Amino acid sequence: MEPHIQVKDLNAFYGKQHVLKNINIEIPRNKITVIMGPSGCGKSTLLKTFNRFFELTEYTRLTGNVLIDGQDIYNRDVDVTEVRKVVGLLAQRPAVLPMSIFDNVAYGMNIHNMKKDRNKTREAVQHYLEIAGLWEEVHTRLHDPATGLSIGQQQRLCLARGLAVEPEIILGDEPTSALDPISSQNIEKRLIELKKDYTIVIVTHTLRQAKRLADHVIYMYLGEVAETNSAPEIFTNPKHERTKQYLDGIF
Amino acid sequence: MMQQKPSDPLSQGSGQTQAFLQTRNRRDRTARKAFFGITLIPVLLIIVITCLLVIRAWPILSSQPLANLMLGEVWKPTNEQFGFLPFILGTVWVTLVGVILAVPACLLVAIYLAEYARRSTRTIAKPVLDLLAAIPSVVYGVWGLLVIVPFVDDILGPFFHRWLGFVPVFSVTQPTGFGIFAGGIVLAVMIAPLIIAVTFEVLSTVPDELRQASLSLGATRWQTISRVVLPRVLPGIIAAVVLGASRALGETMAVLMVVGNVPSIPTSIFDTAYPLAALIANNFGEMMSIPLYDAALLSAALLLLVIIMIFNILSTFVLQRILGKARI
Amino acid sequence: MKKNPFAKRHIIETCMKVIMLASLILVTGTLGLILWTIIKNGIPAMSWEMLTQVPKGGFYMGKEGGILNAIIGSLYLAGGGTVLALVCSLPIALYLEAYLGESKWGSYVRLALDVLWGIPTIVYGAFGFAVMVSLGLRASLLAGIIVLALIELPIMTRAMDEVICRMPLEVEQAALAVGSTRLEVALRVVTRQMLPGIITAVLLAFGRGIGDAASVLFTAGYTDRIVTSLFRPTASLPLAVFFQLGSPFPEVRARGYAAAFILTVIVLIVSFGARLLSSRLGKYTIK
Repeated sequence: MEPHIQVKDLNAFYGKQHVLKNINIEIPRNKITVIMGPSGCGKSTLLKTFNRFFELTEYTRLTGNVLIDGQDIYNRDVDVTEVRKVVGLLAQRPAVLPMSIFDNVAYGMNIHNMKKDRNKTREAVQHYLEIAGLWEEVHTRLHDPATGLSIGQQQRLCLARGLAVEPEIILGDEPTSALDPISSQNIEKRLIELKKDYTIVIVTHTLRQAKRLADHVIYMYLGEVAETNSAPEIFTNPKHERTKQYLDGIF
Repeated sequence: MMQQKPSDPLSQGSGQTQAFLQTRNRRDRTARKAFFGITLIPVLLIIVITCLLVIRAWPILSSQPLANLMLGEVWKPTNEQFGFLPFILGTVWVTLVGVILAVPACLLVAIYLAEYARRSTRTIAKPVLDLLAAIPSVVYGVWGLLVIVPFVDDILGPFFHRWLGFVPVFSVTQPTGFGIFAGGIVLAVMIAPLIIAVTFEVLSTVPDELRQASLSLGATRWQTISRVVLPRVLPGIIAAVVLGASRALGETMAVLMVVGNVPSIPTSIFDTAYPLAALIANNFGEMMSIPLYDAALLSAALLLLVIIMIFNILSTFVLQRILGKARI
Repeated sequence: MKKNPFAKRHIIETCMKVIMLASLILVTGTLGLILWTIIKNGIPAMSWEMLTQVPKGGFYMGKEGGILNAIIGSLYLAGGGTVLALVCSLPIALYLEAYLGESKWGSYVRLALDVLWGIPTIVYGAFGFAVMVSLGLRASLLAGIIVLALIELPIMTRAMDEVICRMPLEVEQAALAVGSTRLEVALRVVTRQMLPGIITAVLLAFGRGIGDAASVLFTAGYTDRIVTSLFRPTASLPLAVFFQLGSPFPEVRARGYAAAFILTVIVLIVSFGARLLSSRLGKYTIK
């Protein structure tokens, strides 16, 4: 099957610092791909190049290509907002927008003029809150401020909000690191359910979470991709010395 | 703390160090008291200023009902007629025009600097704003006289007269250039650095995660600003504007030099006006000869003081809550 | 994912960007216009006489003389006011930081300072004059200095407070941990650490003081002689500008522009000096 995301000769710089070196990877469709590696290895940076968040930081430079469905998202006539619509992001800490629960989910749809009338929007909001497993908990207080939710609920709200713009890819930048174990579990469960419809890329630094989620693993070390393989393969039979050490817990 | 427990082995140094420690602590306590005394100065100063103005203004405040003074239209000190209405309206008009002219540009500049500009642009913009804030009032006045008054007279006046002359607020009846519009333009420039700086600081309190949450959904920058950032900081922006308005209310010399200083009730932005601050500055020296004149001028000062204090305290409270600390 | 630059939201985005840039250029351009106006009108009337002589007979009808009296007077006024304000504001700023921190009284003092900052200088001037009249005093250098000190006090204190607040807590705690008293921390550590900020605050306040006309209008008076005593009235630059501009003689008005030019140059030097010093003196500062 055609890979969903292809990265070709990607190099990234923060000022003079070379943070991503010659990255060449392919990310399979409808799978959970986990990016692992010790902290500072560039895994979050790599993730940020997929939705063009890397360029939000000043004094950065990028060479090479990132292709989604064969199209280079860094091409001059590509609309960055369209890229970000196709590639959703679940951030490290949930950032709910300063508005009601309902409006949080409806926000993206309004931004993109996706729903023609209020009824359609309402149906969609319910639909995505259900997918995120939040509907039962919030359907009586949809118009309360979203900041009143617990942090775990907020992260699921962010998930629903991201899904509501109908992306094809979901990026997760350590999406459970700020959550308690139960909420983390809940998010992980959603992600596993979602992979039949979406391509999911997760950055994580917990090995156990990687083992629970991954179909495919990218192991990074010092800005380079040290090893990439399917999950069973990499966990049982790592080829690279660093990967082995990492899996053995030497880091 | 240690010297309170003599049994503590740590504190049993030689007698000399013990004495030294005591001196140091005594010095600390004395300094604490002295410092505390000095912090009373700002608080007392406000009280003293207010009280003194009330006392000195009392002869006129007690001689007639407040409404007479505030709503009286006749200013004839020789007849002991002190109607403040022309001056109050003069202040209000000039301030309003200044704020209306300043706010849109200031907000846009602040948003640009906070949300779009590169760090290098910001490092250029900051000294520009600092300099604008540092230029003395009389220098603004000179600029107003040399540039703005002729500009209003030659260009703005005829332009408005031609295209908007049928609207009373824009009609030009005494074309000299001196007047509310000229005063408003000068004020707008003078309050711009303050409004921009406070708005910028308020915008900086919005966490980046929030912007990124919106951007990650595919929103444009402006959509993010108008739907997420601005609604969140609206109270702070209003406070910034109020702060700018309070600065404009009390501005004296620059306005005085371009506003015309004719005590009549303005009806158009091209009319001359006579703001309260200019009234005080122009007449205070000679007030002694006419009874009650002095009290009248000081009650004008008191009025300015009270309005500005209210504006200031309100905006400070709002900003304190948003910025999490007191404003600079 | 092709970009359609004519989509409504992209058009809005571009328009807003253009308007914002235009506003920024407008604000920056205004500063340029002001400086240019002052330079263009001030330079032609500048002469060595202006800087070195006091007004001679007939000066206000365009005859000989200069404004040395006003330059000296302004430097005395603002200098004295700044010293006096510094004497009060440094202890307040240190006390706010070292002893009060985020306490209730601290926030009242800060609020009071903010309110004082907002009070227009004409009110200070009227207040000062009313006090003088009550005490039977005439306009003098000392009165001008005191009123300017009152005006500069909140500016200086809040500016210092702002930099002292940024003092890293660890540095302070490190000093306390080796057994310093609060006073020693305030005088030895905080002042050293924050020296650049303190100097910047002082210069900022000086700049405000020297440019203010409304406050010295009644309190310091005006005279053609160079002031020699604290109890005599003195001329000042802003008033020299103001009075000469009102003259019907073009030569005198031109001197007003020159005075405005001198005043602007002083303020610019002070302002740039503050900027320069604060970056130069930063070497003891822990960042």
